[in-house]
Amino acid sequence: MKQAEFLNVVMPFKDKLYRLAKRLLVSREEAEDATQEILLKLWSKNESMEEYKNVEAFAMTMTKNFCLDRLKSKQAGNLKLVHSNYSDESTSLQGQLEAEDSVRWMERIMEELPEQQKMVLQLRDVEQYEFEEICDLLDMKPTAVRVALSRARKTVRQELVKKHSYGIG
Amino acid sequence: MELDNIEKLLEKYFEATTTVAEEKTLQAYFSQESVATHLEQYKPMFNFFSNAKEERYTKQVPLKPRKNYYKWISVAAVAVLSFGIYFGNEYQEKRQAEYAYQETKKAFELLAENFGKGTGKVAYLQEFEVAKQKIYNNN
Repeated sequence: MKQAEFLNVVMPFKDKLYRLAKRLLVSREEAEDATQEILLKLWSKNESMEEYKNVEAFAMTMTKNFCLDRLKSKQAGNLKLVHSNYSDESTSLQGQLEAEDSVRWMERIMEELPEQQKMVLQLRDVEQYEFEEICDLLDMKPTAVRVALSRARKTVRQELVKKHSYGIG
Repeated sequence: MELDNIEKLLEKYFEATTTVAEEKTLQAYFSQESVATHLEQYKPMFNFFSNAKEERYTKQVPLKPRKNYYKWISVAAVAVLSFGIYFGNEYQEKRQAEYAYQETKKAFELLAENFGKGTGKVAYLQEFEVAKQKIYNNN
């Protein structure tokens, strides 16, 4: 497979890889490194790539495994992921501040979720994959996916309601 | 979109029984400006999801360099190796010359020492000469 061909295959879903990596690793730099690593790995396998039916699913699974390994080794090394990507590029309009604030809040809620729920929520509500695809990607049973998704959504709701009532009270 | 329907969809949504299409309906509803007040609290959630989808991977992917990499490493290795052999040989020659010089010096020293001994012994011949002169003078 030539480089141009490879890029044509990879370009449509490279953002998805990055977003999944960022959801799991939180830090932008870490996620960029992970994505690059995955793309290079794919490139080194490009001869056998035609054999895979669904390159995107394959790459997503690779990303998932890579990030989970990464997290495990971080924990083993007793290191905490450092992230400082709460940048403030926008102007300081009140409305924008509020919107940004709630985005930040949501991000924090998402960080607190267990890894599996994080991934399910990311794949479903952000990337809008079908249930069967999620089952394949995460190697889970359909019922397990549904349970994890429902739990994740309910946790997010609960945290948001808490925040909402703070805001009023 | 009437409120009734949205509420029903929300309920299904939290049980994770909505389809992707239904979830898109929900996202569309919450992306508009005015949302029913009792549903206001869900707005950040759906907005967050649609925002999160906008994030892009902007770094360039360095695909090509990998292949050239090995070529250049081998070139560098050959250069280092030939330099090493060249200068190594030079060094070796220098050491050999040094060794030969030291050995010759030693040999000459030995020779000089023995000559010294020789002249020492010859010095006694002087005594003979002196004695001979004495005898001549007496006659």
